[in-house]
Amino acid sequence: MNAPAYNFAYLDEQTKRMIRRAILKAIAIPGYQVPFASREMPMPYGWGTGGVQVTAAILGPKDVLKVIDQGSDDTTNAISIRKFFGKTAGVATTTSTADATVIQTRHRIPEAPLHAGQVLVYQVPIPEPLRFLEPRETETRRMHALGEYGLMHVKLYEDIARFGHIATSYAYPVKVNARYVMDPSPTPKFDNPKMDNCPALQLFGAGREKRIYAIPPYTNVVSLDFEDHPFTRYRFDAPCALCGAGDSYLDEIVTDDKGGRMFVCSDTDYCEQRQQAGHRGSESAAPHKERAHV
Amino acid sequence: MYVAVKGGERAIENAHRLLAHERRGDRDVPELSLSQISEQLSLGVDRVMTEGSLYDRELAALAIKQARGDLIEAIFLVRAFRATLPRFGATEPVDTGQMQVRRRISSTFKDIPGGQILGPTFDYTHRLLDPQLAEGFAPDTPATAEAPAGATPRVTDILGRDGLIEPSPPAEADIPVGDLTREPLSFPADRDVRLQNLARADEGFLLALGYSSQRGYGRNHPFAGEIRFGEVEVEFMAEDAGFAVPLGSIALTECQMVNQFKGSATEAPCFTRGYGLAFGQSERKTMSMALVDRSLRARELGEEVTAPGQDEEFVMSHSDNVQATGFVEHLKLPHYVDFQSELGLLRKLRKEFAEANEAPEMQEAAE
Repeated sequence: MNAPAYNFAYLDEQTKRMIRRAILKAIAIPGYQVPFASREMPMPYGWGTGGVQVTAAILGPKDVLKVIDQGSDDTTNAISIRKFFGKTAGVATTTSTADATVIQTRHRIPEAPLHAGQVLVYQVPIPEPLRFLEPRETETRRMHALGEYGLMHVKLYEDIARFGHIATSYAYPVKVNARYVMDPSPTPKFDNPKMDNCPALQLFGAGREKRIYAIPPYTNVVSLDFEDHPFTRYRFDAPCALCGAGDSYLDEIVTDDKGGRMFVCSDTDYCEQRQQAGHRGSESAAPHKERAHV
Repeated sequence: MYVAVKGGERAIENAHRLLAHERRGDRDVPELSLSQISEQLSLGVDRVMTEGSLYDRELAALAIKQARGDLIEAIFLVRAFRATLPRFGATEPVDTGQMQVRRRISSTFKDIPGGQILGPTFDYTHRLLDPQLAEGFAPDTPATAEAPAGATPRVTDILGRDGLIEPSPPAEADIPVGDLTREPLSFPADRDVRLQNLARADEGFLLALGYSSQRGYGRNHPFAGEIRFGEVEVEFMAEDAGFAVPLGSIALTECQMVNQFKGSATEAPCFTRGYGLAFGQSERKTMSMALVDRSLRARELGEEVTAPGQDEEFVMSHSDNVQATGFVEHLKLPHYVDFQSELGLLRKLRKEFAEANEAPEMQEAAE
C-alpha cells in the first residue's frame, strides 16, 4: 500500500511556493482576490481549509501559533486546527494574542491590539463581497475591475429605506486602500475598525472558493456607509460577567429556560488575561476547566 | 457557578474513540477485509476512485472502510491523500478504441462491427430481492466465448466516416490539457477543464442535471451512441528513453452520446457529441456526464442558454461533492459571534417596530 508521508506543515514545498506567490500578489494589490490552486486538505471545505493553507505556507519552525474560532481558543475547530499544526509542523502553540507570531482565526479579530510582525490569518467562507448581489463570478470580477460598486451602495441604501439602518451585522463590507471592496469574512462589524491601519499583516484564505487576499500593515480600511448614516459598531450594552470588560465583544450565554442570560467576552484569552490581572465581573468563577470523562 | 460551554480536547478525542468503536460494530461479527470491499462492493470502489480522482482500488477500499460506507466521505479521504502526491507528468492519451471490451452496447444501431456485448450488467434483471444471496450463494461459472479478433471500432467513428457527426477536436501537442487541481477554475472554461470537473463531479448531481435536460430544461435530444467498459493500456512518455513505456492497464467506462444539431448559417446539420469517461464500471455516471457535457456546449454551438444544466458557472461551481458537503456541513461549526450580531440587530428592529406601532394609538388617545 502507498503509505503516506507528509512534509513540514503538511503541504509539499511546490504547493507552498504556489500559495506564497498568491500571497505576495495579494499583498501587492490590497483587497484584491487572487485565485490560487487550492488543495484538498484533510479537513472539510468550509472548515478553514483556506486559512490552513495560508498558515501552512507561511509557517516556519520558530513561529508561535494561536488558533481561535469565535474568539475562543478552546472551541472544537480551533483545537482541531491547532493540533493539526502541532502534529504536522511541530511548532509551538499559544493562546496568548501577544505571544503569537501567527494567529489563525475564524469570525473574530482578537481584542488585544496586534503588533508589527504578527500575521492574522482569516478563514473565509465566501470571499466575494458582491456574491449575494450577483451570483456570477464573471460579473463580479468585472465589477471589481471597473470599481463598479453602485450595487453594494444601493443594497445598503435599501436597508436604510426599509429598516432605518444598514441591516448587515457581520461580514460588513469594507473598502481597502480606497480601491477594492472586500469581505472581511464573517466577523461581527464590531471588529471592522480593528482592520484599519493595523500594524499586523492580515491574510485571508478561502479554500473552497480558491481565493487569497490581503491587507498589508498600516493600510487604510473603511467600512462602507453614508454621511448621514455613518458606520456604527454593535456591542451588547453590558460589562463581561466574568472580567467586567466594557469594551469587548460579548457572547450571549443562555443560562436557563426562563429567559436567563449572561454576557461574557467572546475572546477567551482577553477575558482570562483580565481576570488574572484581578478584574472581576458579576458572575466571576474559577477559569473554565473541562469536565473530565476518562 | 458558571462553566463555559466550550468544546474541549478530550471531548474530541473521546468522540473519535467512539467513532472507531462504532465503525467496528459488533465485535462478534467478522471484520471486513479490504479485498472483500474491493471484490464485492466493486462499484462503490469504482465511484470512489472516479470522484476521488485516484486509480487505486486498495486505497479506495480502505477509504470506504474508514468512512463506514459513506462514499462521499471516502471520496474526500482519497482526494485529501491525492493532493499530497508528487506529480511526475501526464500519461499519453489512452486509446479507448483499443479497449479490451467487457461490455459494449449501442442504442443507435441494431448490430455493429464487434457486436453488442452485454457483459456484467443490472440491465434486464428483475429487481426482486434475492434471499439466496443472503449467505453462502455460489454463482454459476460464467459462460465464455472466443474473444473477437482485433479492436472494436467506436460507433461514433463509424458515423464520423460519413461526416454525420462532428469530428472530435484533435489533440494539440503544444497546448497542455488543463488541470483544475493545479490551476484555479476561471470562466468561461474550456471543454478540457469542464470534462475534468464533470469527471470528478458528484454522480447524483450530474444524474439530476442530465435528467433535467431530458425533461426539457435545455433539451438536447440524446441517443446513447455507445457505452463501453473494459481495460485500456496506460503509457507514459519517458523522456530519457525516448519512447512510451507501458505502465499497466486500467478499467474505464466511456459513454458517447449522439445529439441532434440543426446546423447554422455556416455549418451543415450534423450530430454532435456529449462525452463521459470514468474509472471502473460507472455507467450511470458516464451517461449523466455525457448529457451534461453536451448541455454545457450550448454557448459553443450557438444555442440559447436557458436551463441550469447549460450554465457552466452554475454546474461547475456546484458539482464537486467534497466542496459541497464541506460547506453545507460547516453550518455545524459554531456561529456564536455572527449570530449574536444578528440577534442585536433583530432586537433593535423589533423594538423600533413595536414603538412605531404603538405611537399612532397613543396619538389617537391623546386627541
